[in-house]
Amino acid sequence: MQLFNAVRNIGKAHLKYNQEARQKVPDGLWQVCPKCQQSIYHKDLGQYRTCPFCGYGFRTGAKERLSWLADTFEPTAPLKQAANPLHFPKYGHKLRQAQQATGLEDSILTGFATIGAHHVGLGIMDPHFIMGSMGTLTGEKITRLFEVATVKKLPVILITASGGARMQEGIFSLMQMAKTSAAIKRHAEQGLLYISLLTDPTTGGVTASFATEADIILAEPKAIIGFAGRRVIEQTMHEQLAPDLQDAETVLKNGFIDQIVPRADQKAFITRLLTLHERGDCH
Amino acid sequence: MKEVIAIKRQLQTAAKVVASARSSQKITTPALIGQLFTDFVPLNGDRVGGEDPAIIGGLALFNGQPVTVIATNKGTTLEERMACHFGCPEPAGYRKALRLMKAAEKFHRPIITLVNTAGAYPGAHAEITGQGMAIANNLYEMSTLKTPIISVIFGEGGSGGALALACGDQVWMTTASMYAILSPEGFATILWKDSQRADEAAAIMQLTPDALQTAGVIDGIVDEPDEQSVFCQNMTRMLSEQLSHLQQLPVTSLLAKRQARFRQF
Repeated sequence: MQLFNAVRNIGKAHLKYNQEARQKVPDGLWQVCPKCQQSIYHKDLGQYRTCPFCGYGFRTGAKERLSWLADTFEPTAPLKQAANPLHFPKYGHKLRQAQQATGLEDSILTGFATIGAHHVGLGIMDPHFIMGSMGTLTGEKITRLFEVATVKKLPVILITASGGARMQEGIFSLMQMAKTSAAIKRHAEQGLLYISLLTDPTTGGVTASFATEADIILAEPKAIIGFAGRRVIEQTMHEQLAPDLQDAETVLKNGFIDQIVPRADQKAFITRLLTLHERGDCH
Repeated sequence: MKEVIAIKRQLQTAAKVVASARSSQKITTPALIGQLFTDFVPLNGDRVGGEDPAIIGGLALFNGQPVTVIATNKGTTLEERMACHFGCPEPAGYRKALRLMKAAEKFHRPIITLVNTAGAYPGAHAEITGQGMAIANNLYEMSTLKTPIISVIFGEGGSGGALALACGDQVWMTTASMYAILSPEGFATILWKDSQRADEAAAIMQLTPDALQTAGVIDGIVDEPDEQSVFCQNMTRMLSEQLSHLQQLPVTSLLAKRQARFRQF
């Protein structure tokens, strides 16, 4: 009997973690892949923050992405507008927090860049800015990017990451879908190229507007791409959905994406696409 | 104290508008089409592989003039209502709408869209067949369609699913209608994790016709009394006025105005 007690006690002793040891191991050394649930030593994520087991790209801020893609970058002038059209309580505070955390004005970084030897308009959404949701400023920055690119006769590349509309801006967020779509159409009518790259997550009003209006639509491995939220669909259908219904790989099979491109290959691939469009004299 | 009373009144008004927009007594889409137009010929199919009864579209005469009519449909019998997901369109519906709009452009017919939908259908099949892209395509193409478009929201105007049919030169609402980014229940769930606060959400969302007209989201409001024949007369009067106004505009200024209309937000 004593022996059993001893075993039990040893177990308990082992479970008590050593506070001192814990302090010596910094947070973030190990990360769990949200897709395949494998534990990953942080250095194994590599420069491109990609799961070595399943290829999923961890959500990454706009500025870090910029360093992977562009050789030079000139950001567009800040709009310096504060938008709280519904006078939603505490929204101003939430915006300022997001601005401080990301160093961005709203959920997208826009500017003019060189990629390879190509001049392009470039927009990169940041999933850390209120889930990358589309506020009035986000829509305004995208619209201006396309308008200036139309005048300068430049292609545009957008990298999307968004939970969809910004609820706190209500109907004015919805109107950004119509506004950006009209600007993209005018850019297209000048024979100019638009490439979108959909990253995790690209959903809701962003999927239902600028993300899917490109000449060429690319996506990152394992990214969630869809219109309705998974829980909303399950509640409507009263059934469990296929786990990969909104994975980029499924969306590719369904015919809505041109290619899935891992992060390490994106710069070279986009450069190739830009070059191929110059030869056709549609640049 | 005055502020509290004002907020309470706003709360009641918004909740009332939501209820009236969803009223089961509201005129049905087929009845509305029957009252506003003559010689309606329904046209079906998206020409890609689908037909969605949640959107009715076709040709008709309005004041003796050929027009293209596109309207969301909630259905009347239970069977119909289930077939059209209670008025929530699938991608095939939006693609059919766009096909009919392109034909309207080709044959120089004005387009009249009538919208009463809680939103695009959130189903697995809708995802597989590209709900997001179907809506996006409509927004994209409607921005430069070379023919007048008048959109009227006459019940629920639910998010992108409504916007995909409401990018008109003139966007109107009826007094018993709402237009919002999401249902007040969904809005309250997302922001406060409490769907019971839907009335409060409705008050803050600026979803009433008055609030939306002040904000410039819509251009005007049609009175919708309980008496359906009066409502249809009001609709006919508004549509005739707006149509004759829009048809006088040269195409270039029609498109410039439409673009400016949505550019302001």
